[in-house]
Amino acid sequence: MTNWEIIWEARGLFLQGFLNTLVIFALSTAAAFLIGCGVLYLLEGSRPRLRVPLRIYIDVMRMLPFLILAYLLYYGLPTFGIRLDAWWAGVGALAAYHGAYFAEILRGSRVSLPPGQVEAAYAHGFTTSRMFLRLILPQLVMQSRPLLGNQLVIALKDTAFLVIITVNELTWAANSVSATYFIPTEAFVVVIGCYWLVSIVMEVAIKQAGRFGTKRGFDNV
Amino acid sequence: MDANAWSMLLEGAWTTLWISAVSIAIGVTAGLAIALIRLARLPVIEQLLVTYISLARATPLVTLTLFIFLTLPTFGINMDRSVAGIMALTLNTTAFNAEIWRAAFQNFSRDQREAALACGMTPTVCFRRIMLPQMVITSLPGLVNEMSFLIKGSPAIAVIGIVDLTRVTNRISAVTYEPLPPILAAAALYMAIIGCLVWTQRIAERKANRLAM
Repeated sequence: MTNWEIIWEARGLFLQGFLNTLVIFALSTAAAFLIGCGVLYLLEGSRPRLRVPLRIYIDVMRMLPFLILAYLLYYGLPTFGIRLDAWWAGVGALAAYHGAYFAEILRGSRVSLPPGQVEAAYAHGFTTSRMFLRLILPQLVMQSRPLLGNQLVIALKDTAFLVIITVNELTWAANSVSATYFIPTEAFVVVIGCYWLVSIVMEVAIKQAGRFGTKRGFDNV
Repeated sequence: MDANAWSMLLEGAWTTLWISAVSIAIGVTAGLAIALIRLARLPVIEQLLVTYISLARATPLVTLTLFIFLTLPTFGINMDRSVAGIMALTLNTTAFNAEIWRAAFQNFSRDQREAALACGMTPTVCFRRIMLPQMVITSLPGLVNEMSFLIKGSPAIAVIGIVDLTRVTNRISAVTYEPLPPILAAAALYMAIIGCLVWTQRIAERKANRLAM
């Protein structure tokens, strides 16, 4: 049996890891996006007292490595009697970490949004929440889509860190196959190919979103 | 946490720092070299480099580190853990740095280049005396940003057993049974290191804007 046939025999393991990575990635980036939008909305203004803690949250996350946050949630929280299993600790850490980055990206493009629109919206009787949801958020997301896409690729790569806190994801699959059959080269080539595939798909999707944005006139601001 | 734990933490921080510093130093120069080679547009090499950059940007650091550490011995190349870690970090950061340098090349003003050539400088002299000093300044913010990304990604080398600043927290908590204090201390040390880099980046950006060409 050649090495590639062994890999094919172990396809179930790779598939399981790949699906697990995709589920973790989808769940955590969705949560991170919501956190990012939520933080941006709170920064929007109605509660000035929240501004400082939110800035601290964003800046702290930007200065920490992702793995330290995962360690904090996985090894640190049991001190307070909260025991998460590795999977949920990983998803939570990814969401909290990348939520701060999404918030920072959206905030960056919020600063450059012309203030006239907001004033016009208020003059038309929009409440802050409706204006945020209908006018500001769609524009910010479409404007900052290259950066958001970049952040998605970084989030995908950060899922691999979870192998260190014993989550059974794609890198774990490669590691266990190479440990069982002593064929590290083929196992890791397959896995790196999977990561590559996902990030290429995401790049294409971001480009398509750009086309959609041009059609809907998001570029003529 | 006692003095012993702190000295272990500082040792871990030192490991993280020197491995990252070596990878940054190699990565920045190799990135420049790759950007220069890509300018020449050599037929086969160009495609190879594009594939390398695309692959290296999509591969997670943990996967790359494990790949290098486990694969090279099967080809008969035995290496130290830290060399494998440095190789993984370098391969990753070089791809990003190459893109930063290439952007700096593409944005370099043609007028200056043409003026330099018209004054009789050879392309090499023009590159060394005119282009490189300005390109270093304009791409410094991007490069420093990439450096802080590298340090944020450096815990990946813990996966092959290098005792870096992240891994050392496990060692300490294995003795004290209190995982929280060492992790928080490590977080503070990381924040100090990356905070310094962010601060340099801010200064670099200000300098770059002042010298804006």
